[in-house]
Amino acid sequence: MKQGTLSKALKGGAIWGFIVLELVFFSIAGEYLSLSDKAFMDWENMLLLFKQSAPIGIIAMGMTIVMVNGNIDLSVGATFAIAAIILLDSMTWPIFAGLGDWVIPLAWLLALLVGTALGALNGFIVWKTGVDAFIVTLGSMLGYRGIVFMFNGENPTSHLNWTLVDFAEAEFLGFATATWFLLGVTLIMWFVMARTVHGRNAYAIGDNREAAVNAGIRVGPHMMINFAIIGFLAALSAVVFYSESGSVNPNDGQLYELWVITAVVLGGTKITGGAGNVIGTFGGVIAIQLLRKGLGHIGADTSTVNLVIGLILIAVLFLDKQLNVKGKEELRV
Amino acid sequence: MTDPVLRLEDIVKTFPGVRALDGVSFAVMPGEVHALMGENGAGKSTLMKVLGGIHQPTEGAIFVGNEQVVMAGPLEAKAKGIVFIHQELSLAEELSVAENIYLGELPRKRFGMVDWATLRERTNAILAKLNVGFDAATRVGDLSIANQQMVEIARALTVDAKAVIFDEPTASLTDAEKVVLFDVIADLKASGVGIIYISHRMEEIFKITDRISILRDGQYQGTVNTAETTEEAVTQMMIGRKLDLTRNASHHDLGDVALEVRGLSCGKLYEDVSFEIRRGEVVGFYGLVGAGRTEIAETLFGLRTPSAGTIRLAGQEVRIGSPTEAIARGISLVPEDRKGQGLVLGMNCRDNMTLPQVDDLTAGPFMAEGAEVAIFDQYRDRLDIRTPGWKQKVGNLSGGNQQKIVIGKWLSMHPEVLIVDEPTRGIDVGSKSEIHKLLRGLAAQGYAVMVISSEMPEVLHVSDRIVAMYSGRIMRTFTSDEVTEDSLIQAISGLGTSSEVA
Repeated sequence: MKQGTLSKALKGGAIWGFIVLELVFFSIAGEYLSLSDKAFMDWENMLLLFKQSAPIGIIAMGMTIVMVNGNIDLSVGATFAIAAIILLDSMTWPIFAGLGDWVIPLAWLLALLVGTALGALNGFIVWKTGVDAFIVTLGSMLGYRGIVFMFNGENPTSHLNWTLVDFAEAEFLGFATATWFLLGVTLIMWFVMARTVHGRNAYAIGDNREAAVNAGIRVGPHMMINFAIIGFLAALSAVVFYSESGSVNPNDGQLYELWVITAVVLGGTKITGGAGNVIGTFGGVIAIQLLRKGLGHIGADTSTVNLVIGLILIAVLFLDKQLNVKGKEELRV
Repeated sequence: MTDPVLRLEDIVKTFPGVRALDGVSFAVMPGEVHALMGENGAGKSTLMKVLGGIHQPTEGAIFVGNEQVVMAGPLEAKAKGIVFIHQELSLAEELSVAENIYLGELPRKRFGMVDWATLRERTNAILAKLNVGFDAATRVGDLSIANQQMVEIARALTVDAKAVIFDEPTASLTDAEKVVLFDVIADLKASGVGIIYISHRMEEIFKITDRISILRDGQYQGTVNTAETTEEAVTQMMIGRKLDLTRNASHHDLGDVALEVRGLSCGKLYEDVSFEIRRGEVVGFYGLVGAGRTEIAETLFGLRTPSAGTIRLAGQEVRIGSPTEAIARGISLVPEDRKGQGLVLGMNCRDNMTLPQVDDLTAGPFMAEGAEVAIFDQYRDRLDIRTPGWKQKVGNLSGGNQQKIVIGKWLSMHPEVLIVDEPTRGIDVGSKSEIHKLLRGLAAQGYAVMVISSEMPEVLHVSDRIVAMYSGRIMRTFTSDEVTEDSLIQAISGLGTSSEVA
């Protein structure tokens, strides 16, 4: 029992402890190593950090419910790129000419619909074929990325709408638009997972699929809904980000799936399903962004960042495994 | 006379080559506790699967009330008021007690929200009836196994059950918890629910049931009134007469003690286990599933760490930390699950046979293929393994020949002690007796053989001595001359004489 409570306390609080550790470390190390004389824990810097966390963070909220459900989605990066292209390209389509700025909500809607449909397609295939989600979305990751390249070859797709840029760069109560989207999505996904029947069934399916089936839960539709949710959120992430940047490269969003999964796992979601929550994921997203920014702050280059995050991820999973060993008499494998 | 709540009429279920159920008929009356008894493999689980809609009967009919029904699946059974309380717990550990009890039927509010207030209220009402020491919000994974069982039982109380089927419900309960369970059963009974109670424990059966139906080898043996029968009579119906035929009679000279175990315990899996096996001796371990036999074998093979006790090999005390160490000290384990734990099905016969010693069978940096083939040929001849050649994939062999490959694999490691867990599971009758002959033969050659089996004829047939286990303890050790089916059944049901050291 004692062991159980300790492990739970560690797991629940670990990510926030880790964030504090990062803040302290980079603040102190920054004093000696940083080239700029600005403090790391500068308020402006933190606000920027929240904004930069948004693209990964919004998708990570969807990944949390998909992984709690016992699945995984590797195609989010490609879905992100497709949604970005739809957003930017559709604003130049002749049929929408003459709409003025009314083209913006239409383009948003179109991009979000496409993202949702792509996600739902993944879910439908997983449901109807029974093929593992890892394999299905590995396939769709390649397939969706192929569509991206078919669209415009190696060339970027660009369109700047200044109304849209103003909206994306706006700040409200100090937070940028993207930050507000991240916070809103986190709140809604928390509500869905903790408070709705769909959310609780998703936990049950990921925890003990056979028990869920025996209890009459329709596993397939629940899984498809969750894939549709993550598709929608991948598109939303793209829509928020590209409203500001206005230009998408066909390679954009690559490796996003890995960053997202890393954030979710760091945040305490079990890779086998059944346990996890978006608050932990939020912590995971912030922790990763802090690490990227912090290492940059003390002068490390991107390759070092990847190395360090990789090591930390393995260390976290190892710790988790150690805490979950039930007792000495457990079968050794 | 009232109508039965559940009636089975001439249920037959055949699987390819096996008649698992052969003409089973009995009826459960409202307010009756009806015991279903039979040995392992008598067909009880198959019958439950037919009732639960997991299997469809080949012939026969099921009636709920007066209406003939076809159970299309677990949900349909539940909808018709047939509720199962499974032996293996089927719970989502990360979720709360309330969510598990109402799994699949969470009360809703608007926007698909869970109605937590109603959920908590209903759950606590049911939990109050069961008089348990936890509440609706407790995480199921934090409960003891016994309390998890109570959650399973609570599930049955959420629907308007006509018949509730308890499958070995007391397997993991303490005496105090059993009292609570029996109260629950009495309440259900008083409210007119019919109960099927599956258990091996005679004392419970005689304490709480009204009638007993008995199965043997898939055949219905009859139903008796509990008040008018005795444990002996029921045991006799369960095992029949046919078992007497092949008692082990061969005796050969025994050598030194090869393996000696004293006071060995492993947490709660088994406690204070002591026995010895001599060279040239086959010792059979008999008991119900979950009695701790496989766990002892796993400990001897270095897969589990014992919490107390000593293991001696040829008189020398040893600690066995891993299978590698066990093999080096001359212990081999032929595991229970041949296909899952014993063989690489996609690999050929030779490579499976030499798997534990590939590191030694090398010529410089390469595999010594010739040496491998030589080993394979040697054991193919010795064990009479029938295969077109060593290149054959093991997955294509019959069960009996697969088992011989596993045995050959371990013999080629030159063990002193050979542990065989369920040697003939899933093997056809002809090959069974061959494997039995092989085990006797190995003993005659001076191996110390430990056989774990859930089949009484098998244990009686191959063993020089039989260790009877019940819930983690050795109840009694029999020599093959003194053992009787009755005394063996009693010992493994927890009714035998007090624990006796081998």
